[in-house]
Parts: sequence; C-alpha cells; structure tokens
Amino acid sequence: MLNQNQPLIFENSTPGRIGYSLPEMDIDTVELSELLPDEYIRENTPDLPEVSELDIMRHYTALSKRNHGLDSGFYPLGSCTMKYNPKINENVARFSGFAHIHPLQEASSVQGALELMYDLQQHLKEITGMDEVTLQPAAGAHGEWTGLMLIRAYHESNGDSNRTKVIVPDSAHGTNPASATVAGFETVTVKSNENGLVDIEDLKRVVGPDTAALMLTNPNTLGLFEENIVEMAEIVHNAGGKLYYDGANLNAVLSKARPGDMGFDVVHLNLHKTFTGPHGGGGPGSGPVGVKVDLIPYLPKPVIQKDGDEFVLNYNRPYSIGRVKPFYGNFGINVRAYTYIRSMGPDGLKAVTENAVINANYMMRRLADYYDLPFDRHCKHEFVLSGRKQKKLGVRTLDIAKRLLDFGYHPPTIYFPLNVEECIMIEPTETESKETLDSFINAMIQIAKEAEETPELVQEAPHTTVIGRLDETLAARKPILRFKK
Amino acid sequence: MRMKHRYLPMTEEDKREMLTQIGVESVEELFSDIPKSVRFKGEYQIKPAKSESALLKELTKLAQKNADAKANVSFLGAGVYDHYSPVIVDHVLSRSEFYTAYTPYQPEISQGELQAIFEFQTMICELTGMDVANSSMYDGATALAEAGMLSAGSTKRKKIIVSSTTHPEAKEVVRTYAKGQNLEIIEIPYKDGITDLEALKEQMNSDVAAVMIQYPNFFGRVEPLKELEEIIHEHKALFVVSSNPLALGALTPPGNFKADIVVGDAQVFGIPMAFGGPHCGYFAVTSKLMRKVPGRLVGQTVDENGQRGFVLTLQAREQHIRRDKATSNICSNQALNALAASVAMTALGKQGVKEMAIANIQKAHYAKRKFENAGFEVIFAGPSFNEFIIKCNQEISTINHTLLNHGIIGGYDLGRDFNELKNHMLLAVTELRTKEEIDQLVAEMEDYHA
Repeated sequence: MLNQNQPLIFENSTPGRIGYSLPEMDIDTVELSELLPDEYIRENTPDLPEVSELDIMRHYTALSKRNHGLDSGFYPLGSCTMKYNPKINENVARFSGFAHIHPLQEASSVQGALELMYDLQQHLKEITGMDEVTLQPAAGAHGEWTGLMLIRAYHESNGDSNRTKVIVPDSAHGTNPASATVAGFETVTVKSNENGLVDIEDLKRVVGPDTAALMLTNPNTLGLFEENIVEMAEIVHNAGGKLYYDGANLNAVLSKARPGDMGFDVVHLNLHKTFTGPHGGGGPGSGPVGVKVDLIPYLPKPVIQKDGDEFVLNYNRPYSIGRVKPFYGNFGINVRAYTYIRSMGPDGLKAVTENAVINANYMMRRLADYYDLPFDRHCKHEFVLSGRKQKKLGVRTLDIAKRLLDFGYHPPTIYFPLNVEECIMIEPTETESKETLDSFINAMIQIAKEAEETPELVQEAPHTTVIGRLDETLAARKPILRFKK
Repeated sequence: MRMKHRYLPMTEEDKREMLTQIGVESVEELFSDIPKSVRFKGEYQIKPAKSESALLKELTKLAQKNADAKANVSFLGAGVYDHYSPVIVDHVLSRSEFYTAYTPYQPEISQGELQAIFEFQTMICELTGMDVANSSMYDGATALAEAGMLSAGSTKRKKIIVSSTTHPEAKEVVRTYAKGQNLEIIEIPYKDGITDLEALKEQMNSDVAAVMIQYPNFFGRVEPLKELEEIIHEHKALFVVSSNPLALGALTPPGNFKADIVVGDAQVFGIPMAFGGPHCGYFAVTSKLMRKVPGRLVGQTVDENGQRGFVLTLQAREQHIRRDKATSNICSNQALNALAASVAMTALGKQGVKEMAIANIQKAHYAKRKFENAGFEVIFAGPSFNEFIIKCNQEISTINHTLLNHGIIGGYDLGRDFNELKNHMLLAVTELRTKEEIDQLVAEMEDYHA
C-alpha cells in the first residue's frame, strides 16, 4: 500500500449507484411545487458521491489504514494525554437510553441522564476541590473562555470594570491568550525563570489593579510543578485578581494536589485528556468548568439540581453569564468520562498519576544522556528535551519527529512550549508498559546516533509512510480546500 | 498493596526498576516539589471502582430510566432530530484508527483523517452552495456566534441583528459571545412566522455587521432569503444563514441567495441526539472570507514526489500561532462527528439526500393536514420543511406527559420561549415517522385542540 493514492470518494462515484435504505413512503404525496415556491425548490441536487455500501466501507477502511491512532501504537504527544481509550466507555455511550434521548424532553423522562450528569459533577468537584461544576463547555478552549467570562461577570458585578488584563505565562498553551481575547481581555505575559517556573518578581511587576486573572497550568507545560503556587495565589488574590487553572495537565496531580486547595478560583478540565473521552481525530471533547463559591451565581444556565429524589434543570439564574452552548454540553463525552471514573475509583485515579509520573521520569532519565535536558529536576507527567545538540549536527527537531514515524511511533509534541529551543515534549501516560517505553527510548537513542553518523537518514525521513513530507507552503499559498470535478 | 487494574500495566518489579533508574527511593519523592500546605492527603471521597460487568449492569439500569426515541415514537425536534442513520456510520466510527487519534498534526500518518475531513468540507460546500467550509465547529449555535465575531471583525462594525425566528438557545449563545466582544445584539420580531422584513429595514444602517437568519427557521418555515439578501447587502452587512443541511437537499441553498456565511449543525446526518451533544457544527463562507474562517481547514497539496496529500492549512489564522491576536480560540472541534456526518452523507449520496429531504417535507405536510382535519389550528402555515405549530387547549407539558404514557414523545413547548405562544406545540415529523405513527399521534391528541 506504500505510495498508493487513495482516491477521493467523489472519484469513485458512479451515477445511479446508491448506498442508502430510506423508510417507505407510506403516505400520499403532493407535488413539491404545491408546497414550496419555485425559487425555493432546489434545482441542482448537491453533488454528493454515488456509491454502494461496500464501496463506502472499503473507502473508509482504506482511510483508517492511513491513520495512526492510539490503538495503532505509542502516542507520546506532550500536553495531550494520549492514554488508552477504554472500550467499555464506547459501549455505554451507545446505550439507547443515552444515545437516543432528546435534550428537550420533559425532565421526568430523562432522570437517568440527569442523574449521571449530577453525579459526574459531584465527582469532579471532589477531584478538583471546587464548590460547583458546569458540564456545558464543549472542549478545553471553550471551558477557558467560559471561565474567563465568569471572572469577568464577577468583577463587573463588584463594580470592578477596570480589570481588563489576563496574565498568562510565556509557556502557556496558545488557547489561553486566544480565550482571553475572545472574552474581551487584554493578555499580559509573565516570564519564566531559568528553572522553567513563573518568575515571581516578574509576576509582582505585571500584577495590579487592572488584573482580572492569572491563567496557569500546574504542572506547567514543561511538566514542572509550580512550587511557588501558594505565594503566586497570594500575589494575585491580594491584587484582587482571580486564579484560573488550565486543567490540561491534571493527569499529573490526581490525588496529589487539588486546584481548589492550591488557591485556584476557576478550573477547566479536558475530559478527553485525563478522563479518556477519545480524542476522535481532533474532537469532540468536553471542557467542564469548576468554580469556588463566589463564582457560582454566574455559571451558565441551566444548572442541574437535586430536589428530593428528583433531578431538575434550574433556569432561574439571574446572574448567569447565559448559555455557552445549546443544551447541556457534550453529554456523550461526559458519559464516557463518568464510566472511566467509575472504572478507576479513588485508588485507581491515584495510581494513574503515580504511574504516569514514574513513566515520565524514567524516560527523562534514560534519554538525558542523548538529548539536552533543559530543566534537570523531577518532572511530573511529561517532560521536555531540547534538540539543540542535534541541531548543531544539522538535524532539526522536526527531522527527529519525522524519523520516529519510521519506527511506528507518533512523535512527541514539538516546538512547544515556545520558551525552549528545538523543543521535544514527551508525555507517556500511565497506560503504557515499560516494554513500550524501552522500545521508544531505544528508537530515540538510535536516532541520536544517526544524527551523528548518518544525518541524512534523519533529515530525509520519513522513509516508510504512505506519503512523504508534504508541501505546506504550497497548500497555504494556493489553497485547495475542496474537491472539484 | 499494589493497585491492580486492567488499564495500568506497571508491575511492582517494573516500578522498582524504574525508581532505581530515576534514582529515588519511593514514588513520593517525585511529588516532593508540591508544597505540603497544598498536598492532598488521603483519598478522594468518590464512589469505589466497579468491575466491568458490575458497572455495565449499573449503567444499563441508569440508561433505562430514560425514555429514548427508539423505544418510543418521537415528534420532538426544535434543532435536534431523530433521523435515519445508516448502520455503517457506526461501523466506520468504531475503527479505532479514527477515534483514538489526535488532531492530524503529523500528516504523514494522518492521511486518512485529513482526507475524510477534506471530503467533509467538500460535501458541506455542495449542500450549502458555498466556496469554502471548515473542518467543523462545536455545534450550530457556537458556529453562529463565531459567524457574528467574524462579521464584526471583518466589517469593523459592532451591531449584530438576529431574527427572532432563530433557535432560542442559539440566540442565547450568540448573546454570551457578543458580550465578550462588546457587540450589540438587536433582535428583529417575526410576522406570520417569518422574519418581519419591515422591522429589519428599520434597523438596518451602516453600523450593522451582520444579519442572522435561520433557514428553515425555528418554526419550520422557509425564510424569504431573496428579499432578506437585498435588504442586508444594501447596507453592506454580512448575510449569515443558519441552515439545517438536510433541508438543503430539497431547498435552494443559501449560497444561491448570496449568503456570506452559512453555518448549522450536521447532527441530522448520522449523529445520535445524545441528549444534546456532541453534535457537529459546520461553517461555510465565500472565498472572499476564506482567510477569516475560524477553526481547522484541510487543504490539498503534494509531497516531494508530487503525490497528492492533505494537510492542515492556513494555520496562521489559528490560536496556536496567533495566540492573543487570534479572532477565535477554537482548538478541539468535532472531528469524529464530522466523520460520522461524512459517512452518512456519502451513504445518502446525491439521490438519497434529496429523497430524504423531500420525505421530511411530505410527511410533515401529511401530519399537518391530518391535524387540520382533526380541528386543530396550524399557525404560521406556509412553506415549511419538517416542522409546524399547532395550537392546543392546555399546557404542553401536561399533554406530553399523557402522550409519553402511550409511548409518544410529544413536541416542543413554545411557551418556554415565546409568551405569545403558550399552549402551542412545535412538532417535527421526519422521514422515520410512519403513517401509522402520525395517525396515532393525531388520534391521541384529538381532545386537545383549542
């Protein structure tokens, strides 16, 4: 199958072929022209493919073979928590009573769904140490924006409308500043120090009466725990700002430290990371937001409440920021996350973090002899290496990533965070065995040797994939974004 | 005692070896950088773990507490629909190469996903009559909100007009986003079930960035896009249409009426209702607005050997590059659901999408006539897709309660959103409803006409 083009489904289309089986038309029909004005009756039928059912299965099976998933092999993509996606989650999400219920049914007819959501919220409250949780946000970035809108509403209702700035570390995810902008804030960057942690002096410098919030990932994107978190919280709180926790790295601290106890006022979680909702090739995710008590009034509506034995949706929330999404969030993903939490229990979640952190430290130590280790201290669930040693030999981090494809691995995150040169960010997760880690380490060591002995082998990689390196400049300069006959 | 779990492969021996390699005595040392004052002590007070079979049993029971649309007959729509979903959709979706993959940032090993999205973009363009479609948004409502932000950014204007015939929850989402951007939202009333054109004309001026119209609208009616377009473009505002893409199998697409942005939700194509999500927003624009589209775009290119391939492209628009200069913060989208929609659209194909759309119009029309014959007043009657409104003589929730006892999930209570529409029920009749089911609904409801 190497170097074989997979035709587009449109290129396999043959007029007259069908792949569907619609219900019988068991009523008397009327001429369409009697029901719709002429100019609203479509003339040209959309040119969708005309293929048989087997054609479709062959097409998508062929495409799936050209795709690397977590089940295909190791996927140490830093900051993305590519852990195993349990299959029971998929089964449960497909139960008819979860998959085929309508969000606008009478609440009495969906008590099971509301109970699950309520119980998931209870679990997430305990896990994060927050006072209340909303499941409405659809993904991490959506949760960030929701959380910032809550902070904005809080400040505004205190008459504090001059708090226009959100502080973000230079190592933050790109979504942090973007979410701040969409929520109407200006972003201020706080520098990291030589240890990879937020520079406290710089934080003191940028914080002030215009500070709405500090957004922080802890451990940060370098995989390092911000050990000055208590002091940082104090600085921000003393200035009247709120502390926002980006939950992307929660897998590092389950049962070890809760955002709520660290002083955070708002938290978002990525249920598709820590809590195994599958990544789906880029979504759907789920990004619940947890808050401390003083922010509860502003939560998106409706909120789920327990009234005796009954679960109800409360829309009477005068201070709510409003809706951030129709209905109640990505319920299907929330079902998966709930199933996962119930499969693990408290001691299971504790072991998740311990094993994830052991795996990351083990890999870091074994690779430190071959790659530059910018921050030599215990990491949490992930760590960063720098490819600057290899760069001097003419081998870029991008080349190393592409060479890993030849070994059957998905490469780590590269060139992020931005404050590390030629960055390689590795997150093994707890679901990988030592044997898998060792094989990957050996591949990385071999590539380091190749960089010295046969650099062109790395520079020209990948050699075994269905397609070579693609011309991204061409794609952007002359965009072709759809098929045309 | 070691925690044994099927998802955790680390043995005691592994752990010993690894800790030795790391150079620590115990796992606790790895957490010594967490200040004592914030260390969590003890265990989470959450439910204990359950075995696979016990958990399945418990959750099966929980799911059974819900009245689902497969065990019952549903006439509830209002933005989420019970449609024919080809069984192959779930077979494709269950291929773990798709659902366990991350965003296709490494194109050499993600050609399958990238090509599938490229095909999705093409199909959305075909349905909407637009030039460019992105790889998906969270849902139709947030896509509409993002269309508002795009419009404000692109026209440098601060007012957004929304027709009151737009989905009430979508309007709320638009308002929340608008607050973040300090945009003013003006709602235009409806007249006879469609956007009041005269009221729109009165509000139009050079401060208006965009006008948002739902087609078919929340009441099921076909909006007069032709007349709307003239009013909107006269003031150089952007014409934003939120559209049920299935309806576009039979209705003239918004692109033909010179819409600038078309958004909506592809839930109608192979995506289960799932209590409201995850669904699949889509976002389509004219080529003029191509570089302002939020979210991910897949483009075609070639590799070093000239072979065709696909990559994420025009990423300079996106949050991970632009950071605080980005106009949208979307990162994760609904890729897997876009795949589901693609498979369903492929299965339906050119003929099926038209046939299915027309079946909705015909069956809804049949039901409408049936209700009229039973003495019901059908309000806002006129060209419509698969929904219509009947006037009842009592609380809709009371009626729905009775209907559910007969295995029927009744329509939407419009009194929830419109004071003037108390005791009015919005009914959806899709291609799945049989004559027998429709007749039964009318029979069960015969005492409720006003």
